[in-house]
Amino acid sequence: MIPAPFEYHRPTSVADALSICGRYGDEARVVAGGHSLIPMMKLRMAQPAHLVDLRDIAALKGIREDVGIDGGSIVIGAMTTQAEVIASPVLGRLCPILRETALQIADPQIRNCGTLGGNVANGDPGNDMPAVMQALDAVYIAEGPDGRIELPARTFYEAAFFTTLPEGAIVTAIRIPTPRAGHGSAYVKQKRKIGDYATAAAAVILSFEGGRCAHAAIALTNVADTPLHAEEAAAALVGTALDAAAVDRAVAAAEAITRPASDGRGPAIFRTRVAGQMVRRAIAAAAERARR
Amino acid sequence: MGKMHVKMTVNGRAVEALAEPRTLLIHFLRENLDLTGPHIGCDTSHCGACTVDLDGRSVKSCTVFVAQANGADVVTIEGLAAPDGTLHALQEAFRQNHGLQCGFCTPGMITRAWRLLQDNPNPTEEEVRYGISGNLCRCTGYQNIVKAVLAAAAELNAVKEAAE
Amino acid sequence: MNAPVASPIERAEKLQGLGSSRKRVEDARFTQGKGRYVDDIKMPGMLYGDFVRSPYGHARIKSIDASAALAVPGVIAVLTAADLKPLNLHYMPTLAGDVQAVLADEKVLFYGQEVAFVVAEDRYAAADAVELVEVDYEALPALVDPFHAMDADAPELREDLRGKTSGAHGPRRHPNHIFTWEVGDKAATDAAIAAGEVVAEELVSYQRVHPCPLETCGCVASMDKFNGKLTVWGTFQAPHAVRTVASLISGIAEHNIRIVSPDIGGGFGNKVGVYPGYICSIVASIVTGKPVKWVEDRIENLMATAFARDYHMTGTISATRDGRITGLRCHVLADHGAFDACADPTKFPAGFFSICTGSYDIPAAHLVVDGVYTNKAPGGVAYRCSFRVTEASYFIERMIDVLARKLGMDPAEIRLKNFIAKEQFPYTSALGWEYDSGDYRTAMEQGMRAVDYAGLRAEQAENRAAFQRGETRSLMGVGVAFFTEIVGAGPVKNCDILGLGMFDSCEIRIHPTGSAIARLGTISQGQGHATTFAQILATEIGIPASMITVEEGDTDTAPYGLGTYGSRSTPVAGAATAMAGRKIRAKAQMIAAWLLEVHDDDLEWDVDRFVVKGAPERAKTMAEIAFAAYNQAIPGLEPGLEAVSYYDPPNMTYPFGAYICVVDIDVDTGVTTVRRFYALDDCGTRINPMIIEGQVHGGLTEALAIAMGQEISYDEIGNVKGATLMDFYLPTAVETPHWETDFTVTPSPHHPIGAKGVGESPNVGGVSAFSNAVNDAFAHLGLTHTQMPHDHWRVWQTAEKLGITA
Repeated sequence: MIPAPFEYHRPTSVADALSICGRYGDEARVVAGGHSLIPMMKLRMAQPAHLVDLRDIAALKGIREDVGIDGGSIVIGAMTTQAEVIASPVLGRLCPILRETALQIADPQIRNCGTLGGNVANGDPGNDMPAVMQALDAVYIAEGPDGRIELPARTFYEAAFFTTLPEGAIVTAIRIPTPRAGHGSAYVKQKRKIGDYATAAAAVILSFEGGRCAHAAIALTNVADTPLHAEEAAAALVGTALDAAAVDRAVAAAEAITRPASDGRGPAIFRTRVAGQMVRRAIAAAAERARR
Repeated sequence: MGKMHVKMTVNGRAVEALAEPRTLLIHFLRENLDLTGPHIGCDTSHCGACTVDLDGRSVKSCTVFVAQANGADVVTIEGLAAPDGTLHALQEAFRQNHGLQCGFCTPGMITRAWRLLQDNPNPTEEEVRYGISGNLCRCTGYQNIVKAVLAAAAELNAVKEAAE
Repeated sequence: MNAPVASPIERAEKLQGLGSSRKRVEDARFTQGKGRYVDDIKMPGMLYGDFVRSPYGHARIKSIDASAALAVPGVIAVLTAADLKPLNLHYMPTLAGDVQAVLADEKVLFYGQEVAFVVAEDRYAAADAVELVEVDYEALPALVDPFHAMDADAPELREDLRGKTSGAHGPRRHPNHIFTWEVGDKAATDAAIAAGEVVAEELVSYQRVHPCPLETCGCVASMDKFNGKLTVWGTFQAPHAVRTVASLISGIAEHNIRIVSPDIGGGFGNKVGVYPGYICSIVASIVTGKPVKWVEDRIENLMATAFARDYHMTGTISATRDGRITGLRCHVLADHGAFDACADPTKFPAGFFSICTGSYDIPAAHLVVDGVYTNKAPGGVAYRCSFRVTEASYFIERMIDVLARKLGMDPAEIRLKNFIAKEQFPYTSALGWEYDSGDYRTAMEQGMRAVDYAGLRAEQAENRAAFQRGETRSLMGVGVAFFTEIVGAGPVKNCDILGLGMFDSCEIRIHPTGSAIARLGTISQGQGHATTFAQILATEIGIPASMITVEEGDTDTAPYGLGTYGSRSTPVAGAATAMAGRKIRAKAQMIAAWLLEVHDDDLEWDVDRFVVKGAPERAKTMAEIAFAAYNQAIPGLEPGLEAVSYYDPPNMTYPFGAYICVVDIDVDTGVTTVRRFYALDDCGTRINPMIIEGQVHGGLTEALAIAMGQEISYDEIGNVKGATLMDFYLPTAVETPHWETDFTVTPSPHHPIGAKGVGESPNVGGVSAFSNAVNDAFAHLGLTHTQMPHDHWRVWQTAEKLGITA
């Protein structure tokens, strides 16, 4: 219940934050919203000697739309809270899957503190946003000792709590290619109760051209030690009118890549089959919302 | 790892203290400031008994270090009644509607509902249930809590309309 | 000219007595954050205690090195069993006639067991020091399967009991055997089952769960060595019993011990027993001369304090072909954990499980309960169980449904067919309980009408057909439960806790200006006693409830009582309250007679005053009588107006109810939605309908949690699983459905105000209703029984095994 002692730092710029992290190496942890890290510290599963609080760094906040020749993108500051994601008119208009997902994360109090950056960066396989970012083909922008780097979400996650984020680097923003106009999306999550991590969840984004699915992306939450980008499952939908056979193929392909843990949510075989159900239902919901 | 100087506003009063950075805000409130209204019900940030209002948002004070709350504006259950002792509509509604039994979840629950109604003055029942999903209760089964929150919303809206 | 007297009804309403939905007096402080719970207590110089706990389910302790812990600034002491042994406090007696280690002596027997107690100047230093105590363990094979507890090669757990072939409840046939308890007529039952036209058998398990009150357990112990008085504030559901036990084990005379239960944030049976934390705090306070606070955290609460249930019940039920039950056999394997700390009355090692014939007129029954030790936390009786009645009721309600399936009968129909009839009360069951009163048919039919039961079954038939045709992937279940439970422990001749008879008490003092204070031997943990017991008195003595202070929980001032659990407050202390009130009124009558210059018999009671028969304008209100008691020299009467009653109930009380639950199961995910829940409760006379409804809402929500997802389990090496709120299922307002409550009133004939108690009924009946509903959803496909909890994966697995998943 009570964490180990630490020294507290509250830098006002990314450069300062990096400098502190550089000085203390693996003795330092950054804290964003704190609702992943602090519970671990209270159980003494994490005992950083130095805590670097990012809350005063203005450069890490903000949501903006960058209209560009390639369809544009949305850039979200890493310290944007889940509550701010939910409330954002820009995101609601351009990328509704983010709001739909954020509403299913934890509870109102935690959403007031938990950040998008925190949710995507620490590699916790239970977090919901990583799969959504993979479905969106997002890129994490980070600053490290060697300068600015861009890390695609689809290759960011290596194992539970292991990512491609270099030592001493901090995710500063998330850049999402603006989803196509008229797209349909859904994040369908089964959980034991509201706020729980997913028993299994699926993010689906698709769009139609001439009555056929022209683009699709599918990703899965908490059915492996990382989020799963279900490429083959998505490919099974492209070019089809989402007939029963195509959807069945997509569901089977998604189930085939799962390797869930057995835990209080159920045995692995159950979670795999639920993942399949989540994919099926997310495809149906996304298709319903898409403009044909 | 010595103590740091923290300053914040709590229930409208400026406070200052020396505390270890790792001091959980819930402990700071309860032990340094003797505000024993918010309670501790779990270790994993689930139960919400510790809920306070921090810079205009409901937060679980067991998951905030006092260091992070340095400079913040905090409201606890003790700050909801009027200075002359008149109870807030929520406090009155919880009593009228039997929205509490053992009272342990009540400070966090009311403080959460207080912010909920400011963010959404006319919630549906579903929105109330969703809005208090971060606050657990073992005694009431929530039904009368929801009734109380809706009753308080109606009362506050009636008062606002009367004033307009 | 006197003002006209208001009508009796108006005056009764003003009193807010029996039957009034009086708003609670407690709410003023709780809604303002001014409750006073144990962790709110702050005393000068107070120290903090925290435990080092075992990370093994079964292990030998080779050594304990506290030197690094003692070096942490602010740490005063680290207690181990070695420190407690000279005081003979390393073990303490349990409520079940066993002993429990206060601090592990040479071996640990369950994950989370207390090994050392750190005492420090602040809780952060104590927490740091706990991490630094080095304990060297040698792991031993763990025993976690109760079905193998009595195998020849089972690990031996209780070396402290080695060689003891009998325990508190009779002979022990194996080192891991605690007791065998048997009741009923074996021969008649065997004969009935052998001759049964239809016989059904089933293993019905009730998983280990935990009451998990929102406030954890804790205490502040303060030994005042100058006055020689020990005061302990704590989360105690039975403060007087704790005082007596504390005196017996510490040697401090009982008049020098004061136990205070302040506001308690939920008990649910978790706070009945004495925990190592209390003993260690007391010892630490005596040794240091300072107050010592110990408040556990949630994980400690879930993994080390009194769990609930863990009963494996094998039932055999026989019936005629047309559904009349002829016999019931039950064998229970009871998993008690490493120490038998079951909070049962002494003579009942399986509590009141023998109520397992339920609401049914069963001519022959036989019950055998075997209790065993395992490498798990101790406890067993808790969580609104009424002493194992939750287990018993779940058992019989499942068996009735299992029998109904076998007979092809509707579950409501078979119940109606086998109910004890109204005319049969008082009814003595085949297992020896005398049920006081009941009208089951009326309640059941009222419930069935309220939900349109026939309509639900018709809808279900259509749903099943639609499912068969592939038009829906959702299956509807309708669960019926009709419980009779037994509360109000209890008659001193057979109910005692550690030798203390289970009477209860009320002491009332009326003040000169007409208000009153009443003190009881019970202690509310949210049930609203300060509100409701004043209502009982208001009706008895005609003083408004708002003018009656009710106090509980301070053993220096409260009359001796056995506390609040097992729904006993209303049946026992409520009776004492009424009886004390009647003593007050009897003396008041004499005072009034004297004031009015008539004979006692010339007066009659009218709501709040005595009036002269035939001359109603000649009256004395209780307020006037109260002043006279302090003001007048009345021949033959002492001054003052007070009374005390110690009530030894002649019998238990038997609340009952009809619960009907409708669920919709998403077969491909196992997600079960409670569409509707109807609960009819008969608790006899209803003191405060608002509070009764609140109790039912809360108990049903606990039942929902138990039936649909709660479980404390252990892996094969004895590590506990599910001991945080991440995994221990507590529903939020989103999962909790709307509860429909209803009632009938069948007073208890032996209770002074006819009240039976209701606190635990919703947990007793609720679990059966949910579970029966889930089982019912699959019954047409051949399912006889599926074990709780009915969480998503188990429900899905049931569907998968039946071959109906996608």
